[in-house]
Order: sequence, then C-alpha cells, then structure tokens
Amino acid sequence: MIRYDILTEIAPILRDHLVICNIGIPSQELHAIDDQPSNFYMLGTMGLASSIGLGLALAQPKPVIVIDGDGSVLTNLGTLPTIANNVADNYILLIVDNGSYGSTGDQPTYAGRKTSLAAMARAAGCERVIECAAEDTGRVLTEALEARQMTVIVAKCDSGNRKMPVITMDPVVIRDRFMKAVAAGG
Amino acid sequence: MSIDARIVDDLQANGIEFVTTVPCKQLAGVIAEVDARPGIHHVPSNKEDEGMGLCAGAWMGGKRPCIIMQNTAIGVTINTLATLIQYYRLPLPMLISYRGELREPVACQVEMAVHTKALLAQLNIPTYHFHRQADVEELDQILKYTFMCNKPVAILTDASFWGGYGDQ
Repeated sequence: MIRYDILTEIAPILRDHLVICNIGIPSQELHAIDDQPSNFYMLGTMGLASSIGLGLALAQPKPVIVIDGDGSVLTNLGTLPTIANNVADNYILLIVDNGSYGSTGDQPTYAGRKTSLAAMARAAGCERVIECAAEDTGRVLTEALEARQMTVIVAKCDSGNRKMPVITMDPVVIRDRFMKAVAAGG
Repeated sequence: MSIDARIVDDLQANGIEFVTTVPCKQLAGVIAEVDARPGIHHVPSNKEDEGMGLCAGAWMGGKRPCIIMQNTAIGVTINTLATLIQYYRLPLPMLISYRGELREPVACQVEMAVHTKALLAQLNIPTYHFHRQADVEELDQILKYTFMCNKPVAILTDASFWGGYGDQ
C-alpha cells in the first residue's frame, strides 16, 4: 500500500474531523480523494503540520488529526518533545511513514533506514505511540479517536505517489473555510 | 510596575491567550511573567518556526497568539513567515529581543543585528523598535494594529529598552 491507498481508506474517518494535512502530494491526494472544509491543506512550509495541529488542539476541544510524513517530521524533530510535554488528548499525529521524501522524487529518508520515529516519539515522552502496518491504519486511527488520548501513529507503507493536480485554491480561502469548520457547532 | 508585567498586561488586554517562547537572556523576565499568568497558555518551543506553526494553529482554533523570540530567529523563520503566516494571512505579534545593538557584550550577536531590519523590510513586515522604556506606551496600539490587519508584526526591543542587559 502507498500513501494514496491509506488516505483513500481513512477518508470516511477523516471527513468528520479537523485535519491538518502535510505539504505537497499528501495534501494534493487528500484534496482529490475527499475535499472538505475541515481539511487544512499546507501549500508550503515543510515540517510544520504537527505544530499547527498541536496549536489547534490546545486552543479548542474538537479532535484534530494531523496527516504528516516521515520526511517532514524529521525536518521538525523538535516537535516531538513539544507534543509530549503539552498533552492535548484531542490530538492525533498520524505519520505516514513511507521512508521517502515523496513530493520531491522519493529520495530515501533516514526513517526508512536505521531511524525509528516511533522510538523517537517514545523517547521524547509521548505516551501513546502505535506503529502499524499500512492496512491497519484505519482501525488504529478509529481506536485512537475512541481512546481520547493523545496518540502518535506511525503507519508504515510503501514509497510512491499518485499523480495529482496541484491545489489552486487560494490559501486565505482554505484558511477561512477551515476556521468556519472549527467554529461550527457539534 | 515592572516592564515585564506591563508588557504582559498589554498582551492580555488585547485578548492574547496563547504565547510561545524561545528564550533570550534579555527576555527572561517577560517569559517568566507569561508563564506565571493563569490566563495565558504558555507553550515553549524548541525552534521559532515550530513556534509559528503552533501560533497559526492556535489562532485558527480561536485563540489570539504571540511569539516571543530573539532577532536571530528572523534568520530561522523567513520561509515560515512568507509561506504560512503571510500566505494564509494570519496575525502574529512577534516580541523580539534585538540583540547586537548598543550595550551588547557578545560580538557575534551584531552579525544578525545588522541584517534584522533589512530582512524585516524585505518581507514587508511592519516593524517597531523599542529603544527607550517609554516606547512601551505604543505596545497596546501595535497589538490592535496586528489583529486589525492580520499580518506578522515585529516589535524589536533592544538592550537600552531592557535597561542594559550585558552592561559589564
């Protein structure tokens, strides 16, 4: 399974929640699979999805799911101690770990070699860390939502991308409709 | 009232409830004050671009943010300022210790000080420079301006403003 297959499988779970989606092809794939006002697509700024999601989770009570990648977490490794030490039980960080920088030509990351992001998250102090196979992502994500406990999921999958159009929506439109979804009742 | 308490009073009077910080010796007092206030959620960051991500999320979640950092961070955060804060049009007051100005004891700090205003100007970031302690009188209006225009706004605070950190 590649990232696109995971996103297709979990889209019915994501659509009811606030989602912060990583820069590049992950956002393009999610946008193509199931565009929702409750999806915040990052159009730039490599590495900050997990930080934006944490700020959002700390500021309001609805569950927040961050779709991140191994490459972008490696770019912003300081995020793991910040997540661990500022516990938000409405926060789920889903790291789709395909061992490569998918948006830039599938160059290998260190997460595909010796480095374990799950072990790093645990060492940072994150208490609920689950590494799973790609096909189990939907179940693990559902369990994380039910647990109502801050969770880091590392979903191991194959490297590869679907060819998707770039997102042409204006960033202020993405942000505005997302904020309305945040503020909406229920 | 201490200058630190005065600054944090202004933050709170402008509805700021979420503050992230990366420390600087010059900012130690104001960071301690932020940490002590019950109405402020203080999340220390490991790096300033991470902190700006936190602030972006907090604002979208309904809480007015502020980042407190050193001017060396301008070198770290240019991409984040351009592609996140400015591109999505997010308000972000940046209370910045302006190291490398008069009364600076550490020579290396001057190397970023000479670039600080030029970089902020290149990014079209409204910039205010607090040099004398009375300059703090403008902080309230600067914060109102920031949340009026939804831009990052820099408040550079130098050693003279803080009463001479580094005077040997």
